[in-house]
Amino acid sequence: MFDPIPWLILLPLAWGCLAFLAGVGRGGRLAFAGLIIQLALTIVLARQIAMEGARHYAVGGWGAPLGIDLYVDGLTGVMLLLIHVVTLPLVVYARAYFSCQAEGVGYFWPLTLFLLAAMNALFMSADIFNIYVTLELLSLAAVGLVAAAGSAGPIAAAVRYLLVTLLGSGAYLMGVALLYGTYGSVSLTVLGPLLAATEISAAVFLAAMLMLTGLLLKTALFPFHFWLPPAHGSAPAPVSALLSALVIKASFYLILRLWFDLFAPLVTIPVAQLLGGLGAAAILWGSVLAFMQVRLKMLVAYSTVAQIGYLFLLFPLMMLPIPEAAESALQGGMMQLVAHALAKAAMFAAAGVMVLSAGKDDIALLSGMSSHLPLTLFAFALAGVTLMGLPPSGGFIAKWLLISSAVNGGQWGWVAVMILGGLLSAAYVFKVLCQAFLPPVAGVKFKPVRRVLEWPAFLLALISLLLGFRSGEILSLLGGG
Amino acid sequence: MSSALIYACTGAALFVFGVTGLILLSHLLRKILAFNIMGSGIFLVLVGLGQRSGTPDPIPQAMVLTGIVVAVAATGLALALVRRLLHFTGEIRLPEEP
Repeated sequence: MFDPIPWLILLPLAWGCLAFLAGVGRGGRLAFAGLIIQLALTIVLARQIAMEGARHYAVGGWGAPLGIDLYVDGLTGVMLLLIHVVTLPLVVYARAYFSCQAEGVGYFWPLTLFLLAAMNALFMSADIFNIYVTLELLSLAAVGLVAAAGSAGPIAAAVRYLLVTLLGSGAYLMGVALLYGTYGSVSLTVLGPLLAATEISAAVFLAAMLMLTGLLLKTALFPFHFWLPPAHGSAPAPVSALLSALVIKASFYLILRLWFDLFAPLVTIPVAQLLGGLGAAAILWGSVLAFMQVRLKMLVAYSTVAQIGYLFLLFPLMMLPIPEAAESALQGGMMQLVAHALAKAAMFAAAGVMVLSAGKDDIALLSGMSSHLPLTLFAFALAGVTLMGLPPSGGFIAKWLLISSAVNGGQWGWVAVMILGGLLSAAYVFKVLCQAFLPPVAGVKFKPVRRVLEWPAFLLALISLLLGFRSGEILSLLGGG
Repeated sequence: MSSALIYACTGAALFVFGVTGLILLSHLLRKILAFNIMGSGIFLVLVGLGQRSGTPDPIPQAMVLTGIVVAVAATGLALALVRRLLHFTGEIRLPEEP
């Protein structure tokens, strides 16, 4: 049987090296062809997982503890499909974007491909040290992408991002060291039962706290969100879309994995409540700040801070004693992850086109955009529908599942936060739309943009909207592992 | 106190120094040095706690080697970025939050 697992890591690495050798600004066509192959491989893998369930893969025939073990299950399948479905339209978008504005193209293609290789490896890793290495690969590639624009603002944002992410992975690695010192293993499959069977020592408790804090820092959960808006808001639009849609989801995925597979015996209701509380604060604070922004891309970046908050509401809801409520909380959280990735990629892509056309990143300059770029504005609005959580979007299913779980468990506080968050996101989306529907200011000329720039954002927004109809498949793949 | 524990405690102290420096210092070169001290602390804990009854365990040593490679790459990237920042702003500090 053909096994796509090793190829999903090897191929993007190979494409990345080739794109690097091709030189500055080259490799777009290669990335497009490569991504089509990888998307096909991911679909094959997802079908295998759906039919045969989760499985291990020993790299080079050397299993753990000597070699490196990879592991795929339903959650991995969903994440792999998601990153390829989001990246493929963004590749088309980035090619067109950089042909209009060459600034920032630099080593975009090799770095993007290395980023993909790191994410694929991260989602399939089965030991906590391998996860550390892939996390670092991911961060270094992401920092390189932010810095590619080259002027003072993006460089400062990249330095801040690099320092934060190094601190985060340092804390994570310290946790790994303490766990290895206690149990003598780094494999998730070995450590999980060991933690459940033995008495938890102070060192293990400390390790869990360090690893969790490090990952929260990288996920930019409130109050660790300070680095995200400058980094995501000042990068070129295709980079912002990749980072906001996918990179922060990688560290969230790890929190989820460790929370359930490794630290399940340690987690207590107060810790889960704390995470949920931080999530709620992120929703409200991020939405209010998004509404107050004057730059379009900063508005979208703060909206990411808010939407990350919803993901963390699943932790307190998962602790509910009612099984149905806990299950729909997990499903809602995963739907939110998928829907937000698609919608945010679409929103950043659309914002990039509008900024390119207006010549400057300023919401006040958007007057008249509705008649100049109707398709792009439509894509922005559709993505906004998902963020607000209106039917039939994927965001609606996500928020519906989360709210019904909270109602089931009688947790009315979370319900209020989610409804208020939805209203606030409507406020900042409509702030942009209202400005765009104003009549054009006399004398202001929009630059014409290529049509191919407009379609990827629209496609992504459409997928995020129609996700609501196909959520059953995603949830069954999730449960299949 | 066994030698393994001495290594681990020294490592933990270095880690705390490094984290404190990384957060509190404002000069970027010092921040990068603090990151390296933090890394060395982690590596000491890995090797120190990894010893089983006095015999060195090869697995954490291999991990530390990998960690050193990652730390060198990160330091290189950080230094390159800081040089670019110096070129643009004339300062080796992060500008205040906008």
